Amino acid sequence: MEKDISKKELLVKLFISSFYLSAFTFGGGYVIITLMKKKFADEYHWIDEKEMLNLTAIAQSAPGPIAVNGAIAVGYKLAGLPGMITAVLGTILPPFIIISIVSLFYEAFSKNPYIASALEGMLAGVGAVISSVVYDMAAPMVKSKNILSISVMAAAFILSYFFKVNAAFIVIACGILGAVKTWIAGCRK
Amino acid sequence: MIYLRLFISFIQIGLFSFGGGYAALPLIQNQVVDVNGWLTVREFGDLLTISQMTPGPIAINAATFVGMKLAGAAGAAAATLGCILPSCIIVTLLAVIYFKYQSMGMMQGILGALRPAVVAMIASAGISVIADAVFPEGLISFRLDIAVIFIVAIILLRVRKMGPVAVMLICGAMEIAWSAVSGII
Repeated sequence: MEKDISKKELLVKLFISSFYLSAFTFGGGYVIITLMKKKFADEYHWIDEKEMLNLTAIAQSAPGPIAVNGAIAVGYKLAGLPGMITAVLGTILPPFIIISIVSLFYEAFSKNPYIASALEGMLAGVGAVISSVVYDMAAPMVKSKNILSISVMAAAFILSYFFKVNAAFIVIACGILGAVKTWIAGCRK
Repeated sequence: MIYLRLFISFIQIGLFSFGGGYAALPLIQNQVVDVNGWLTVREFGDLLTISQMTPGPIAINAATFVGMKLAGAAGAAAATLGCILPSCIIVTLLAVIYFKYQSMGMMQGILGALRPAVVAMIASAGISVIADAVFPEGLISFRLDIAVIFIVAIILLRVRKMGPVAVMLICGAMEIAWSAVSGII
């Protein structure tokens, strides 16, 4: 992480980024995770890609919304408890404000054809953003020719996409698999 | 007191909704419609529609919506805080453990097996989003406009290296233009 920016500056930047990213998380928690990866890893270089995936696994293994859990893990990593609170506030304020306003006149909102079209188009954009980030993250894993990584990736995809297995179970099963493999490797030494 | 009831009810939703997103739906419906009768089934349906059209996790949207309806902004705040409290405690604890032991061989082994699974689950979520957008009502309902916008978005991201939010806004504008030209609006 850059040491030349003060803690206060970091918190302000963290709040603004979380707020901005959260305001665009149409289509579920994984969207904000991919946007966080682009912002905090690729743009600011506060976190590396590996750590972002580790923190995502932590976010998935706990109950609660993925977006909030991801913000907690990333905020804590960047600036401890103040960072955690800053990132959470940034993440929950946009939906809080938007739903508070929309709930007052949702009939008009949900029937507006311009809003409906914009949202349909944005959903295609969300799909493209996720595809692009997944490609960046999966390509090195496939190229590494690590059999375990590739089989875990394939199995997790099938369980999640075709069998709709809950993400928390997949995370726990893969964690056990990794622990057993490390333990066996340790015994062989 | 309504604030306390909202707070406690949404703590349960936050605490027991594993896996995020739609996994939380039955739990929210149970607390909000069945147990407490705060929303009718119709209102719950409206909440789902709004959630799909606005950013943010569905549990947070539900907390804000129900809280607003029952007790205004303070009610919305009480419900939202309840919803995120279990996450704040549990994820922070996990993060503390992770940063303390991350250099250990065992922790590295576990995380090494988790990372490909995380990428796979993000891919799975992405494909669901694309499939829902391009084929909203099954294979017979192919949406050429959405497919074209998707491809343009990929080009903007990969070739032009544009930022994700800018790309999403352009996609929204393209679909408005498409609807206007084809006379839907």
